Amino acid sequence: MSSGLADFLPSATRFLFFTGKGGVGKTSLACATALSLAGAGRRVLLVSTDPASNLDEVLETPLSSEAAQISQVPGLFALNIDPQEAARQYREKIVGPMRGILPDAAIENMEEQLSGACTMEIAAFDEFSRFLGDPASTEGYDHVIFDTAPTGHTLRLLTLPKAWTGFFQTNTSGTSCLGPLAGLDRQRSVYEGALKALTNSALATVVLVSRAEMAPLREARRTHEELNALGVTSQRLILNGLFTASVDGDRIATAMEARGKRALAHFATFLSQLPVYEVPLGPANLVGIAALRALAGTASDLKTASGFPILAVPDFESIGDFLSDLESAGHGIIMTMGKGGVGKTTLAAAIATALASRGHAVHLSTTDPAAHLLDTLQGSFHGLTVSRIDPQEETRAYVAQVMKTQGAQLDAESRALLAEDLRSPCTEEIAVFRAFARTVAAARDGFVILDTAPTGHTLLLLDTTEAYHRELGRQSRDTIPEDVRTLLPRLRDPDFTRVILVTLPEATPVHEAAALQTDLRRAGIEPFGWVVNQCLTSLDSSDPVLKCRAINEAPYLAEVTALAQRAAMIPWQAEEPVGPAALAALFATAIPFMKTYIYETIPSGCCETPKHYEIKQEENSPALTQHPETGEAIRRVMIGDQPLAKASSECCGGTGCC
Amino acid sequence: MISVQVYDPAMCCSTGVCGPDVDPELAAVAGWLHQLKESGVRVDRYNLAQQPIAYAQNSVVKDLLQKEGINVLPLVFVDGEIAFKGAYPDEATRQAWLAGAKTGQP
Repeated sequence: MSSGLADFLPSATRFLFFTGKGGVGKTSLACATALSLAGAGRRVLLVSTDPASNLDEVLETPLSSEAAQISQVPGLFALNIDPQEAARQYREKIVGPMRGILPDAAIENMEEQLSGACTMEIAAFDEFSRFLGDPASTEGYDHVIFDTAPTGHTLRLLTLPKAWTGFFQTNTSGTSCLGPLAGLDRQRSVYEGALKALTNSALATVVLVSRAEMAPLREARRTHEELNALGVTSQRLILNGLFTASVDGDRIATAMEARGKRALAHFATFLSQLPVYEVPLGPANLVGIAALRALAGTASDLKTASGFPILAVPDFESIGDFLSDLESAGHGIIMTMGKGGVGKTTLAAAIATALASRGHAVHLSTTDPAAHLLDTLQGSFHGLTVSRIDPQEETRAYVAQVMKTQGAQLDAESRALLAEDLRSPCTEEIAVFRAFARTVAAARDGFVILDTAPTGHTLLLLDTTEAYHRELGRQSRDTIPEDVRTLLPRLRDPDFTRVILVTLPEATPVHEAAALQTDLRRAGIEPFGWVVNQCLTSLDSSDPVLKCRAINEAPYLAEVTALAQRAAMIPWQAEEPVGPAALAALFATAIPFMKTYIYETIPSGCCETPKHYEIKQEENSPALTQHPETGEAIRRVMIGDQPLAKASSECCGGTGCC
Repeated sequence: MISVQVYDPAMCCSTGVCGPDVDPELAAVAGWLHQLKESGVRVDRYNLAQQPIAYAQNSVVKDLLQKEGINVLPLVFVDGEIAFKGAYPDEATRQAWLAGAKTGQP
């Protein structure tokens, strides 16, 4: 009765937006859809608007901001809207013609001013709107598929046309502060066109992508409601990575299936409100054209996982080891960073609660506009305070403060102009940045754990930090908060700031974390360590899909140990890591490498056939002498997947007593 | 006073709200220019980040940038003559000019 991806394709509208929490598989599904539509003879343009896009990796084709033909796929074209590249092109459009005409000093001054986060945001948005609002830009394509940034960011982009269209209508002074995009008003018809396209259900569909997990479903529901409020009503939901156990009695497989069912049951009402399509969990992650084609096809090509070798797992610490070192500093900021959906919030909440339970004063905060800290904590903890850098709230407070301080010195006319300029979209960037600086500064007196937004957004924040740091070098007004002045030096101080890069044992999150590490180092910030989350490797499941996935983790675990100064591993959890008990469970003193050991009863006399038991224990734990349930005397004979017959042959084989 | 021309350094916008901190002087200058305009003075304000061509076309501005560097900005011209270089008019001057513009006095 459930519908798969193939059932979704016939209803595909001209514009398709794939959105959802990080890590749910937006890019994979957008690509699989694009491949299928192209395969059916349509001309398809695939556009990524994620500042940290991995479309290149998934399609095995280097992409730029110009549409490139995907070589193995006739009819499929793709491009990346890279905010940095968009900003560079935008900057060059203004600065380029002036080279050789204006003196170098003026050129440098222009370039510097046009290098801020605000330029990047607006230039990227401008590109994005062009595809929606300017028919010429998508002429000749039957479908334009957007692989969007993680939800919080996407929503802002989607609401911007509406907000800015309103801005044009009410702006009266003509001195509109639309920042670097001064010619924005000329683009007005493009933005209006974009907004119109978005709300036309015959033209555009938003595909909410989720997994059968609480946080992504909650985010999908929130997006669903917010889009409805914006008049974007044509929506579909794809449940990606649905897992059904295929063998009986496997503890991990049973737990995983049950965990998914619990989450789906919790959101039953929401799931009944829109068409839902299901995509099963595959044995490997979908990178590459061949894998993506298989996804949109009917049967999944699952090799049985028998006969795989037992893995050599590289050396990993437990995050308990991390915690002890983090604790010894007594104060400082601990930031979790990485791709969306890797567990940054979970890890931040776990570290915060662990430090609080050890008697420290801890503040937990987030810069993620789509954060779910309170949902993760589920309750209050002694010694732990929680806050959130809410862009709207911060903007409101910042505007009020500017009007009260700087604004108070002005006459009515100037005050009105200031108030008008403060409605600029750039104000939010500044307000969030100042809140970030304030939060970092608070770590002088205790621990501050900061759950950051997904990579792209975090990079913009770091860029802003560096750009403003340069700008501040030239300004000396006393209204500039001390926190803002000291931000960059603090972030560069390894005794004050500890960045934990979080990843999953998969290609894209590892490569994104690696790129993030490079960017951090370029900014003079050395990451404290890496955490690989949700590992199946140590769990020793016998389910063929899970076993396959565990084996596929090996190269990425090796990659992490090569990249990281120090690395810790957290196994997949049978319970979603929300609430005090489940968060504390992440800090098991040693990583439980669960292995199946084979035991046999010790025969009381010769020729008595021993009974055999499979008992799961942590790897390297001492052999049991008694069965934990029956109390029979037993001895360990074998590890892992070897046939029982081989183990039992050891019984009497050596003695020849039979 | 018939006309005022202001050549700003590269800025995000005329009130400077897009920087890490709002400079109240920029907002005050923006308000003052607005009032001058209302009083019938021709006001042209240029931002290097947005209208660089204006800087290239004015040979006085271009030469000063060439010789003395970026610190000559902001440049304020009154009726075609340089009145302020590297700074905006102070509060007292702004008020005096505004009063003059309103009464039609120089």
